[in-house]
Amino acid sequence: MDAFIFYFFGGLAAVSALAVILLRQPVRALLSLIVTMISLSVLYLSLGAPFVAMVNLIVYAGAVLVLFLFAIMLQGIGAREIDLGKRFHPAFIPGVILTISFFDFGFLKLIRRFPELHFQDVAGSARQVGKTLFTQYLLPFELVSILLILAILAAVALAKREDSA
Amino acid sequence: MITPLHYLGLAGILFSIGLLGLIIRRNILLVLLSVELMLNAANLVFVTGAHIHGQVNGQVLAFFVMVISAAEVTIGLALTVLLFRKQDSVDTNEIRCLKG
Repeated sequence: MDAFIFYFFGGLAAVSALAVILLRQPVRALLSLIVTMISLSVLYLSLGAPFVAMVNLIVYAGAVLVLFLFAIMLQGIGAREIDLGKRFHPAFIPGVILTISFFDFGFLKLIRRFPELHFQDVAGSARQVGKTLFTQYLLPFELVSILLILAILAAVALAKREDSA
Repeated sequence: MITPLHYLGLAGILFSIGLLGLIIRRNILLVLLSVELMLNAANLVFVTGAHIHGQVNGQVLAFFVMVISAAEVTIGLALTVLLFRKQDSVDTNEIRCLKG
């Protein structure tokens, strides 16, 4: 059962991630990213992290991607992507392959150094996560809230300046 | 039997796909979407690490990553909308006129 959940939702996440970077219509790419988020949330649940899974659904699938949808709809037809052949010159392919494989080899080398990895039980309930968040990580939590306020202010300021100009 | 390496491998695949999208996309909105994909691959590594060590610290860090990416998206989309108003295009190759 565990293996079925991993392969089904992991495969779904990978396929929809490929759709995100290959589809031509921005709205379709966005909807496939939502599918990726939902399957990742299922994987978080199977990894013993129900709180992170729910926050992922609410914040990402619910808020961030809807924000993206607004931005895409504001731009209408101008947001359409050009054909892959026109936007991407074949001469760049070796560089791309080199970049990706450079990353992948580094990553493989890193995770191969730990051959004996085992899962331990973890209680990722909202209670446990909240306790850690508000004791051990209290300072980062406050800093992050300041960051969010600043981001909102910056977004409003950017949009406002254009109106008065 | 699913081991932690399976999850880490999936995270690596997702990150590579995001990196590829970052390179081959030219619409700035879709570049931002690829960045989101890479951030989520990092989140998967954090949550897997929490399960490997049996501690919730990794899950707390995944929560921070989500907050920071929300902030990043807010600014990024505001800039994109401004750019579109200014020059009717979101192509990254068309961004030549900087500084106002």
